[in-house]
Amino acid sequence: MFDDFFIRALVAGIGVALVTGPLGCFVIWRRLSYFGDTLAHSALLGVTLAFTMEFNIALSVFIISSLIAIILIQLQKKTNLPGDALLGLLAHSSLAVGLVVIGFLTFIRFDIMGLLFGDILAVSVDDLLIIWIGGALILITLKFIWKSLFASTVNYELAEAEGLNPDRAKTIFTILMAAIIAISIKMVGLLLITGMLIIPAAMARNISTSPQKMVIYSIIGGLLSVIIGLFTSLEFNTSSGPSIITAALLLFILSLFKIKQSIKLKN
Amino acid sequence: MSTDQNILVKLNDAGLQLNNKWLVKGVSLQVEKGKIVTLIGPNGSGKSTTAKIALGIYKKIDGSVEKYTNKVGYVPQKISIDWTLPLRVSDFMVLTENLNNEIIDEALSLTGVIHLKDKNLGDLSGGEFQRVLLARAISKKPDLLVLDEPVQGVDFTGEIALYELIKKISDELDCGILLISHDLHTVMSATDHVVCLNGHVCCSGSPLDVAKNNEYKALFGEQASQILSRYEHKHDHIHTDEGEIKKN
Repeated sequence: MFDDFFIRALVAGIGVALVTGPLGCFVIWRRLSYFGDTLAHSALLGVTLAFTMEFNIALSVFIISSLIAIILIQLQKKTNLPGDALLGLLAHSSLAVGLVVIGFLTFIRFDIMGLLFGDILAVSVDDLLIIWIGGALILITLKFIWKSLFASTVNYELAEAEGLNPDRAKTIFTILMAAIIAISIKMVGLLLITGMLIIPAAMARNISTSPQKMVIYSIIGGLLSVIIGLFTSLEFNTSSGPSIITAALLLFILSLFKIKQSIKLKN
Repeated sequence: MSTDQNILVKLNDAGLQLNNKWLVKGVSLQVEKGKIVTLIGPNGSGKSTTAKIALGIYKKIDGSVEKYTNKVGYVPQKISIDWTLPLRVSDFMVLTENLNNEIIDEALSLTGVIHLKDKNLGDLSGGEFQRVLLARAISKKPDLLVLDEPVQGVDFTGEIALYELIKKISDELDCGILLISHDLHTVMSATDHVVCLNGHVCCSGSPLDVAKNNEYKALFGEQASQILSRYEHKHDHIHTDEGEIKKN
């Protein structure tokens, strides 16, 4: 049962879940779900460019996603359009441009389903290295900016007044978002990466009373989703991404039965 | 005592313009170690803005700010916290600096909210939350404390106790305090230096000097003036919408 490719997929998935856990918490706290979606959609453009120029996929996706993030920040400063409109604009246009470019690349056989929804068969040893080294770098960087990022998430002015650096932390976090999308695209697929970020974290929110606990539960939720999802994928021959996200959803539904009293009172 | 070495923060002719309107203009003041400087003035006179300028929160200001310390404790006037975060009082205490348990407990005890340590921040009442805010600001033993109406919503006896605490902290930690307060009795009894703002510095000096000042009474009216001053006087200028000052 444990074919070689499956072990690779499992190791890759565990690596991804360890990183999406803490990042996902910040995505929820800072209300960045749609921002994550936009970066993920733009990843298709990154993938096609990688194929056109025979470039490393993860690196290419990372560069394009970072670029889209910078464009978004510039558009926010220069136009009067609301944030969600700009996000939609960038998400759909980069997805569209990516698909148009794919149309031109008739000489390459493209597994579009694998790209959109993840393909465990496609995880190579190189991908494992990218996930684990990239993931470690992301976590180390996140640890480094944690204090500033968390404090400014709670209250920007307090963080700024008391000598932390919220603006720098925000910029670095944006880059980390592009990085996690780049390393997890093969596993989860670009349509579902944001799900991997927010669903385990949302599950964790339901059962947590402190930020640290939420991060830990979010990681555990992500790991369980990956393991359950991948076994399902192997057993029923389903795409890996949807299987993982469905597992995450089931965990979220279970967590609804354990919502902390204080949250219920508020709503 | 040489004053230069004791300066913690200094505003030189500082001001802030937003959408072509001056929020506050031409403020010069300094906060020194062990001293309490109080900003008073009517609503919209730029007190909070001045405090934020001193803290370095605003980047594009007129004039300049010289800040000589990074050990700052801040109690903002308004704080909006996103309740999607699971945050207990104990988590909030270490928001900007890691502190050990003893220090956290000590600070929470000083402001009388040690029993709330494990409570969710969102479940506190306004007055309780205010006490936690103050505890957090003093727990890191800052050189400079900026307190923007620190006792709002606190019950009457608590208010007096907290002002006494603030005075005590200023003495014990030898830290400088920039205080914004509406309570003129407290302001006048505990403060070393008063700056009276109304979009600009109307007058400043020791509490008694300010109480005697003409513009002080014009701003605060007869009752407030009677607290400290028997002098009668007239406001000698008006403020236009653009924040300009016109002499009568």
